[in-house]
Parts: sequence; structure tokens; C-alpha cells
Amino acid sequence: MADTAVSSSPAVAAAQAAPVASGTLLGAITGRLVIVVPYLWLLVFFLVPFAIVFKISLSQTAIAMPPYTPVFTGMSDFAGKIGDFTADNYRILYCDFAGLVGLSGARAYCESFALDVFFDSPYIAPAYVSSIWIAGISTFLALLIAYPIAYGMARAPASIRPTLLMLVILPFWTSFLIRVYAWIGILKPEGLLNQVLLATGIIDTPLVILNTHTAIFIGIVYSYLPFMVLPLYSSLEKMDYSLIDAAQDLGCPPISAFWKITFPLSLPGVVAGCMLVFIPAVGEFVIPDLLGGSETLMIGKTLWNEFNANRDWPVSSAVAVILLLILIVPIMIFQNAQARAQEQGR
Amino acid sequence: MKSLGSIRRSFAPWNDPDARPYIAFENVTKRFGDFTAVNNLSLSIYEREFFALLGASGCGKSTLLRMLAGFDEPTSGRILLDGQDLRGIPPYRRPVNMMFQSYALFPHMTVEQNIAFGLKQEGMPKPEIETRVADMLKLVKLTQFAKRKPHQLSGGQRQRVALARSVAKRPKVLLLDEPLGALDKKLREETQFELMDLQQSLGLTFVIVTHDQEEAMTMADRIAILDKGEVMQVATPAEVYEAPGSRYVASFVGNVNMLEGTVAERTENRARITGASGAEIVVENAGDAAAGNTVAFAIRPEKIKVSSRPPAEGTANVMEGEIYDLAYLGDMTVYHVRLADGQVLKASALNSSRITEDPLSWNDRAWVSFAPDAGVVLTR
Repeated sequence: MADTAVSSSPAVAAAQAAPVASGTLLGAITGRLVIVVPYLWLLVFFLVPFAIVFKISLSQTAIAMPPYTPVFTGMSDFAGKIGDFTADNYRILYCDFAGLVGLSGARAYCESFALDVFFDSPYIAPAYVSSIWIAGISTFLALLIAYPIAYGMARAPASIRPTLLMLVILPFWTSFLIRVYAWIGILKPEGLLNQVLLATGIIDTPLVILNTHTAIFIGIVYSYLPFMVLPLYSSLEKMDYSLIDAAQDLGCPPISAFWKITFPLSLPGVVAGCMLVFIPAVGEFVIPDLLGGSETLMIGKTLWNEFNANRDWPVSSAVAVILLLILIVPIMIFQNAQARAQEQGR
Repeated sequence: MKSLGSIRRSFAPWNDPDARPYIAFENVTKRFGDFTAVNNLSLSIYEREFFALLGASGCGKSTLLRMLAGFDEPTSGRILLDGQDLRGIPPYRRPVNMMFQSYALFPHMTVEQNIAFGLKQEGMPKPEIETRVADMLKLVKLTQFAKRKPHQLSGGQRQRVALARSVAKRPKVLLLDEPLGALDKKLREETQFELMDLQQSLGLTFVIVTHDQEEAMTMADRIAILDKGEVMQVATPAEVYEAPGSRYVASFVGNVNMLEGTVAERTENRARITGASGAEIVVENAGDAAAGNTVAFAIRPEKIKVSSRPPAEGTANVMEGEIYDLAYLGDMTVYHVRLADGQVLKASALNSSRITEDPLSWNDRAWVSFAPDAGVVLTR
């Protein structure tokens, strides 16, 4: 009855529909706003700084403040100074890389830009390579250590899991810098570790760990372990352990069941953990600087040196841009894995 | 008493004294800390039997199944399968397969890979695996879904994948843990018959755990009713329904009226019970009840006749009351008749003709009556 009354009078129908329509409009606006906020965040805190860095990477060094040119004071002088932009900084990186891999055809090109010194004695590209290598090994070691921890936590009684989780996060309560400094005290020749090993008679002469790659591995694995444990834990914790029963029931011994069921199902956690460790570890500066000594070559340190010691902002900006491009590959893998995990979770 | 087991089918190895049980639980006890899940339980299950473990949650039925599968070991006692003691044999070496309540399908594998999983573990050659998987897919009518992942299937389809995976290895015994619990009512009824057909055609021994008495009645050859880790009764569905062994079994399976009273007189098969709702009733099937015993007379609603007029003089077991409540269900009508002492008896009448001659209504005087052999006397 009510339906026929409304439909017979268009005015009434419109009046009734109006608040609904405005409600959906408001809903649509707030819906958009929800999406706009993160995009705005990305724009302001990521894209704009990146654009600035990218602009500097196309500049030339200058003895000035800021130490590069061109510097724009307004839109009006943009046209006059646009010719000052240069790709030289990327040419430097290119020659550096070409020199490292021994790309002989590139030498003449570098010579023509007077950049053959970078070709002959590359120092930036080796830093990239060793950074990726050190970060890769550290990530693998962190995975080896974190997996059993996360597995143990996930299978622990539900009542003690929050406590275990707390213990994993606990180191964050102390400053990162202080914790890395503390490792100097542990690892140095007359440090805690050597004293214990000497006192127990396991070794006769102190081990040299500080200022070696080993110290960097220890530092990175220690510092980033929680970032590996947490995603592993979250993927192992939500796993249905009746799947293991099912696998065993179908004739699969426990160890084989781990590799066929548990590990593949925890892969999203493995990938997330590895990315969370690998990506920051590549650009790590504090740990190699404090524990690795002067011999260690890592891209974070190279960047720091170019920026502060050499005051070559354009080259260090180019280094940063290329570093970002290198890291985008693993980030894409990470995104892809997450999307697939979500698909599977449905 | 007639043998009720013979009503259903001629398959009855449990009545054959020479038959050897295929699965035997011998004085099995299982404790978890202070909690006794299974208490000194003995059971025999025969080859090709469809055996149901029925009970409320926490009665120990799932523990029994898990012990048979090897996920739990008995605290004491032993379990034999085809004469072999299963103690110490890990689940992956037992010739039994289980269909899990949650189905436990591997989410990262396709339907095909799920079904092939157990066969690969066996080291079966690849072409044979392919044929077997294809057969299984055909059996559960999922051939066109072979390449799908479990999350792309409906609940009923997942249930069938789980079933195919658990029978693919042709186990000696298939264990089913609440296999139909997650399905809706209509699908559940269809699947019950499919399971029975499958069990017949494969010739396997099925042990099913369920809390749904209707499901157990429909499918099983025999039912074990469990309570607090102990077996209350093991019998065919017909026996469980018509000749329950105790008050617990009678009230757990189906609807029942219990009339409490004392045996006043006991002859060879008949008993006279007084004190049951003020009336005196004469019953057959008195079992082991002796004079002076306090007993319950259990009678199913459909065996009680309700009428608006007093039955003919000389009819046994007549009680007078009033219609307290009634429910018309289409195929039948359920009456709740309040007797003089306040006890309410449930009676159901089949609506076999379209127009009922004897329309009883709320608060009408009514007479209930039943034959002497319509119910059973329970001492426990």
C-alpha cells in the first residue's frame, strides 16, 4: 500500500529520495577522502622529496649555498637556467659501473666526457655490489635464525604468546644507536666476547671480529631480527595446523610435511620479512660505520661521504636515485607476494 | 524379543561368534592431564562396517578417532587393526585415512594436487597417480574443477575434495570426523546417501564421528553411543531407537516419554508398574527389571494413541489428561497431553487422511493409550 502511494506521486517520491541521494553523495565524498589522505601523504612525504633529489641529481656542483646549480628563485628564471641541467652525474655512475664489469666499449665514451677516471678506478658501483651482497647474506642469516623463533612462538600456548611477542619487540625500547655501540664493547679484541672465550679456554688469542664483515652481519642480523620474526610469526600463527595432521595422515613424515605444507604456506611471511630486512639493510649506514671500520664499502657510507665530506650533492643525489631504482625490484616482488597472499586468504 | 538388527539388512558380522573384529579397542583409557577423555573403553568394529560414534561434544568420540589415526596415543589399553597393535606406529605409517571436520585441504594446491598428495607420498608411479586422481574426480563429480584451488570452491565441493583425497589411497579404514557438519541441511541429506553408496561400492570400513543422531541413524550399520568417555550402548540404529539400554540412550536418540515407577509384579515377560503418573501400566519387554525395582518406562511419541473419547472397555494402559499444547506439522500432529499429576506426555499422530475425523484442540479432554509392547522398561 505504501509503495503505490509513493509511486503515484512523483513529488513525494522525489522528496523521499532526496535525503537518500545526499546521503550517498556525502558517502561518496568521504569515501574519496579516505583514499585521498594516503595519496596526499605519499605525495608530500615521498614524491615531492624524491622530485627534489632527482632535480639535484641533474644539477652541477657549485661553490655556493646550496652547493649546486641551477637554483630557481621563481618561475620566471626557470627558462633561463634550464640549460644548466646536466646528465653528468648519471654518466659518472654509468662509467663507474662499466669500469666495474669491464665493459671495454664504454671507455671511449667515458673519455669523451673526461670521466675515464671513474672507468679506471670505480668506487661507487663496488659499494652498490657489496651493499647488496652484505644485505643479502644478512637477510638469509636473519631468516635462518628468525624462522625457528617465529615457529616456536606460533606453536606456543596462546596464553604466553603475547609475552613472547613483547620480548621480540622489547629491544626497540632502547635507542638503536646505543644498541649498536654496545656491540663494539662486546666484539672488540679486549671485549666481552673475547674475555669469555679466553677465560673458558676455547681460544688462545683474541678473535678479530670488530671492523670486519662478520661484525656487520652480526649488527644487521641483530638489529633487524624483529622485522623478520614478526611477519613470519603472523603468517605461521594463522596457519591451520590440522593441515599438518592431514599431511601426516596421508603418509607424509613430519619433516617432509614442513617443507611441503608449512613452509610454502608461510612464504608470504618469508617474503615480507626478507624485504623488511633487505631493503633497509642495503642502505644501512650506522652499522657499517660503527662496526665495519673504514675498509667496509657500503652504499650508505658512500652516500654520506659524497654528501658531507666531498659536498658533492648532485652525485650523491644520483647515487640515491639509482639506489631507489635498484630497490624497486624487490619492493615490487614484495607487493606481488602480498597481493597473492590476500588472494589466497579469501 | 525379536532381533531388531535383522530388519535393516542381512550384513551383521557382530552376531557371528566366529567373526574376528577388524578394529578392536581393548580397555582403552586416554587422559589429558586431569581430564579423562576416554575411560576403559572396549569396542569392536568389523570389516566393511559403517560404524558411527555418536555423542554430545566432549564425550570422547573425536579422541577415539584421533587415537585410531595415530595423532594421540592411548594412556593405557591397546588398539588393534586387523590383528596388529597400533601402539607406536606414527600416523604417516597407518593404513587408515581421515577426513577432517575442517576438511584441511591444502590451500596452496589445486584440487588435483590435493587428491594426488597421499599417492605421491606412497611413491606411486606418475601415470598411475593420474589415472587414480581422474577416477576420484569422477567419483565425486568434480572433474571440471581439477585445476581449481580450494578457495575457489563451494562448501559442498570442498567436502567432496576432502572425501576424494581421503579415499584416494584406498585405506583399510576411512575415518570421518563430523564430515557433514559444515553443510546445509539439504546438501547434508544428499551427501549422507552418497557416502553410503561410496562405502558400499569401495567396500571400505567407515568409522564416522557425529553428534547428529539422525545422521548416525541414516548411515551407520551400528552406532556406539558415548557419554563421558564410556560406551553406553552399541547397537543397530533400530535397536538403539526401539530398545535403548538406558535412560541416557533413550533420551539422546529421538524423542521419548519417560514414566518413572516401581515394578509391582513381574511374570515371565510382563511387568506391572505402579506409580507411573498415578496410573498402573502393564508392559512387555520388561528386560531385567525385578519386582520392587524403580524403573523408567520409555515410550516413543508415535506409539502413543490420543483420542477424544475413552477407548473401549478392557483396553490396556489408558490415561486421561487434557491437551496442553499441539503442533500441526503437516505430515503429522504432535500433541502434548498433561496427565493428572502434571506430567506432560508427547504423542504424535500421522495425518494419513486429508481431513482428520477426531479434531482435538487446546484444553480438550483426551485419553492416551498404548499397547503393552510399545515401549521398554529401563533399569539404568
